[in-house]
Amino acid sequence: MHELSIAISMIDQILEEAERRGGLQVEVVHLRLGVSSGVYKDALLFAYEVSCEGTPLAGSRLEIETVPLRIHCPTCGQSRPAVSLYALHCATCGTASHEVVSGREIEVASLEVAA
Amino acid sequence: MSTRIIEVRAKVMKQNDLLARALRERFESAGVCVISLVSSPGSGKTAFLEKLLHRLAREFHVAALVGDLATENDAERLRRATPHVRQITTGTVCHLDAQMVETALEGWDLAALDILFIENVGNLVCPSSYDLGEGLRCVLLSATEGEDKPLKYPTIFNSSDVAILTKMDMAEAAEFDLEAARRNIESVRPGMRIFEVSSKTGLGMEEVLCFLRELRAHASPSAMAEHIQS
Repeated sequence: MHELSIAISMIDQILEEAERRGGLQVEVVHLRLGVSSGVYKDALLFAYEVSCEGTPLAGSRLEIETVPLRIHCPTCGQSRPAVSLYALHCATCGTASHEVVSGREIEVASLEVAA
Repeated sequence: MSTRIIEVRAKVMKQNDLLARALRERFESAGVCVISLVSSPGSGKTAFLEKLLHRLAREFHVAALVGDLATENDAERLRRATPHVRQITTGTVCHLDAQMVETALEGWDLAALDILFIENVGNLVCPSSYDLGEGLRCVLLSATEGEDKPLKYPTIFNSSDVAILTKMDMAEAAEFDLEAARRNIESVRPGMRIFEVSSKTGLGMEEVLCFLRELRAHASPSAMAEHIQS
């Protein structure tokens, strides 16, 4: 259940960012979450809601965009989607590769703030 | 109410990643080879590490940090092999992070060490998100746990460099399907080197020791990465 500590550090980061930009009121947080980040979406949503209470982010919404797994395929010579998290093979040609290009992100992409 | 969008692109793990990077640089400049161990609880991390430390302490200056939610039991066990052991008790936290490692290292002369082990809290989920600055991450899987663990917890296998199959002396009794285990590991982490060991009987330990000696000899990280793949 490390989603709680991740939610707390995320909230600290967002509040800092909002403060730095002159005290923005954040309504929606857009997060990019890789399928191979080791973070469970539902647990993070729950942890976010609970941890926001009593902070200026109370009542804000967390929207999570899932980032699929991409690997560098040595045969195709470029980044390709992996078959799945359970089969790190190029979805195009089937070559196995452990070089993960994306899918491990835990990244605050943008904030929707009161205009 | 109308809203506007502000691009941020901020990595949530940035603080841990920066600390881990600083640790990695410190380890490299001190010339210490840092190896972390991850696995589920009870898969034999401490027994494996105890055996390794006993053997390696004859040739190298070895040290270990060992993470658990509570108790000093593991550190006491490992101190039979080397005095340089520190327990990290995390309280309710289910993983180690770079800050905990940095704090635990306080006062240690890293340049005087050859190999440092970091035994993570027994957990196949949370540790995968935290870089500790280690040069090599070993994931352990015991024969009694079943061969499908890599498919159930792909992220921790995927983020590791080497797999160690432990308790192989019990494989037959547990009807452990070794070929399926190897296939599953290969599927979630293609090309990963796999060792089969028994800390109890000593089976396969010599191969691991050889690997670690060679790893220690390859000081630079790029040479290390090449060595892991070979």
